[in-house]
Amino acid sequence: MHELSIVMGIVDIAEEHARREGAQSVEEIELEIGCLTTVEMEAFESAWKQAVKTTILEHSVKTIHRTPGRAGCLECAAEFPLENLYDACPDCQGHFLQIYQGKELRVRSLVIH
Amino acid sequence: MCSTCGCDGDGHVISHLGQQDQAGGQLHSHTHGHGHHDHTHSLAKSHEHHPGSRVVQVEKDVLYENNLLAERNRGYFEAKEILAINLVSSPGSGKTTLLERTLTDLQGDADFFVIEGDQQTTLDADRIHATGAKVVQINTNKGCHLDAHMVMHAMQGLKLSNNAVLFIENVGNLVCPAMFDLGEQERVVIMSVTEGDDKPLKYPDMFHSSSLCIINKTDLLPYVPFDIEKAAANAKRVNPSLEIIEVSCTTGEGLSQWYEWLQSK
Ligand SMILES: Nc1nc2c(ncn2[C@@H]2O[C@H](COP(=O)(O)OP(=O)(O)OP(=O)(O)O)[C@@H](O)[C@H]2O)c(=O)[nH]1
Ligand SMILES: [Zn+2]
Ligand SMILES: [Zn+2]
Ligand SMILES: [Zn+2]
Repeated sequence: MHELSIVMGIVDIAEEHARREGAQSVEEIELEIGCLTTVEMEAFESAWKQAVKTTILEHSVKTIHRTPGRAGCLECAAEFPLENLYDACPDCQGHFLQIYQGKELRVRSLVIH
Repeated sequence: MCSTCGCDGDGHVISHLGQQDQAGGQLHSHTHGHGHHDHTHSLAKSHEHHPGSRVVQVEKDVLYENNLLAERNRGYFEAKEILAINLVSSPGSGKTTLLERTLTDLQGDADFFVIEGDQQTTLDADRIHATGAKVVQINTNKGCHLDAHMVMHAMQGLKLSNNAVLFIENVGNLVCPAMFDLGEQERVVIMSVTEGDDKPLKYPDMFHSSSLCIINKTDLLPYVPFDIEKAAANAKRVNPSLEIIEVSCTTGEGLSQWYEWLQSK
């Protein structure tokens, strides 16, 4: 359950920013979790429920953006959506890929009060 | 409170085995938690929400703190010319056995140090300690992976020498440790022929982020339906630059290739 560590990392970031801004509460939090990360969303939700208790995120509304995977082929330069790390290039069937997008794991913004 | 990083509170337990500490004891433990904070500012753009509320743009990587400490570990390794290797696998594939054989066979070739990650016991660390290598145990309790912060603290007790080799045996789990950079130079994923040959497809992140894959327990190939070519092909689909070495820790077959790989690093 590394999802718990991830939620704790998010709480740390939110608390630091809220404190710096002199906020009393975080009303909303906006996250980006790419589809190619190993974050399992069900595990994430249950970790969230447990870990935000008694923190500044306890009553926050959270929005999660799931960025789809995107890769470029290093052999033929095609660019295409990537669902799994083991998918081949649709043009040349090559596996030497560069991942452009889908690995994000970020706190984008907060709405503080 | 930890003076290096200012962390406080509870968390994992680090035990230094078989080393003299100030108390002269064999085993000394302390706990550490997480309390790290950064100081980079992002532009706070304000716009309307509830009266009195405003939007703060954060744009911060959730693993930022871990990655920062990993870079710090890496810098330390580079300065001391230490080869740090993160060993990952599912439970029971033979990480500890491989380490035992390696430490015994290569005794005297280099200074070896080991950090053992385990959820509960010191069993693995005891096995490593028996080979004469210097070992520190990290018990992650419920945690299913090591992180850079744990490794940083584990190293403080190890007194690593220059030009040493440091093996970090991660918790047996192919999912969680994939996300956590420890500052290692090489990540080695170990699978065994008693597992499915589709492992690389089921846990692609681990194979994607490793530089070497060791396929262990080849002595059992006659008894299991494992297709070694298929396993290697699957691993290459995920990571075409992955090197693959087949070994049996029981018979010793293939181990010389692993030792050559170590030598080359
Ligand atoms: N037949 C055979 N058995 C092996 C080989 N290598 C290890 N084993 C056995 O596999 C079992 C598990 O080995 P360990 O070295 O404890 O595995 P591990 O990866 O450290 O396990 P965890 O720390 O629990 O994740 C032990 O019973 C070993 O004796 C091998 O090459 N062949
Ligand atoms: Zn996990
Ligand atoms: Zn291509
Ligand atoms: Zn600390």
